[in-house]
Amino acid sequence: MHHLEIKDLCASYDKDPVLKGVTLSSDKGEVVSLIGPSGSGKSTLLRALIGLTPPSKGQVFVGGEAVDYSSRRSLRALRGEMAIVFQQYNLFQNMTVLRNVSIAPIKIQKRSRSDAEKEAKSLLEKVGMAGKQDAYPEELSGGQQQRVAIARALATRPEILLLDEVTSALDPERVNEVLDTIRGLTSAGITMIIVSHEMAFVREISTRVAMMDDGKIVEIGPPSQIFDAPEQRRTRDFVSKILKH
Amino acid sequence: MFERLVEEAPLFFNYHNLVFIAQAMGRTLGMTVIGCSVGFFFGLLIAVLRQSSMTALMPLRAVAIAYVETFRRIPFLIILFIVLFVIEPLMPGTSLFGIATVSVCLLSTAFLSEIIRSGLESVPQQQMEGARTLNFSALQMLFMVVLPQSWKVIVPPATAFVVMFIKDTSLASQLGVIELTFAGKMLVNRGFSPVLGFGVILFCYFALSYPLSRLSAYLEKRLASS
Repeated sequence: MHHLEIKDLCASYDKDPVLKGVTLSSDKGEVVSLIGPSGSGKSTLLRALIGLTPPSKGQVFVGGEAVDYSSRRSLRALRGEMAIVFQQYNLFQNMTVLRNVSIAPIKIQKRSRSDAEKEAKSLLEKVGMAGKQDAYPEELSGGQQQRVAIARALATRPEILLLDEVTSALDPERVNEVLDTIRGLTSAGITMIIVSHEMAFVREISTRVAMMDDGKIVEIGPPSQIFDAPEQRRTRDFVSKILKH
Repeated sequence: MFERLVEEAPLFFNYHNLVFIAQAMGRTLGMTVIGCSVGFFFGLLIAVLRQSSMTALMPLRAVAIAYVETFRRIPFLIILFIVLFVIEPLMPGTSLFGIATVSVCLLSTAFLSEIIRSGLESVPQQQMEGARTLNFSALQMLFMVVLPQSWKVIVPPATAFVVMFIKDTSLASQLGVIELTFAGKMLVNRGFSPVLGFGVILFCYFALSYPLSRLSAYLEKRLASS
């Protein structure tokens, strides 16, 4: 049984079909990266998976159980196991770093405050933000905010982590600190679905890479296949264009 | 004229008149504070209702929109008369102060709901998405994420509205509520100089609204820096 299984998933933005039948599965602890041109549906796939853009068709199974995106209870269960990190961090502006990371464990998962804050502090240490626990998001650089956002996502102890272009909004010299943080997670057994334009990073970190175009996956395989010997012409075009830069 | 003021002042500022003015001031303040507090509560309710996208709430939303759009366009004096003529036969014996306060509630609900709505809308959509994916309920999202971030947009115009409304409650004198303006009229009718009578009333209005303006300026500064 796959940890995450997506079958023929479709989703629309303002009546515009963006996902046109995506089928993808991932085993526990696998890192699957989505690459492809802008507008190919990569981010929408992540948003659909976590129910921000509810799928219009298709099925998603987590741990063998079907997710019902129209049921609040099912969504709640899903979001208890799955977390997302956004391109724009989306940290709560009215809370300190520590509060951002500990609020969901305390208020939503009803863990004890001391426990949750202890874990939050150790997560902040892990992402290299230990000294900033009392700062507000707006006092931090983009890279720092993104590392806090990763800590916040991990604080709910997700089994599946979605990373939506987490380095795209960052200054180039800030990219590596975030990528290093993600590298540190791969050994933790968390299943990760990553949307990224950092091809060297994708190649290094992924167990498999999926090439998306026009709302569909056109090719999926290990990084060596996608980057060195793509079978599809569309993949070849995209990869050669990207790698030339 | 100046001589008349000096002559009348000791007579005017007697114990009886001062208590009378203080009571009137209390009614003006009472109508404003009770009316705007209730208005803030219902305004918040309406603002939240209008933001929700639940289809089951659609009819309620339509009523709320119709209410807000209507009451923002009716002069306060007309609301006072409508409330008077609706409440009188239904609940005879209701005090004029009560009727005026209900009118303030009706109007302030409409205005404050718009102020609060623009505050809620100032919070970026991404903040809500972050909260939703962390399993916040709608109420948790409202009280922990959205409202704390919208105060700085809500507080300045809301206090400006309340300060302005202190003045507008003078229209309740048309109903016979003995608030500041009516008290001024009564004192002048008793033979005191209008300059003295209304001069004191002017000072009372200032004494009510100035501290609130200062408070608003202070809050604005504090909220802006956080």
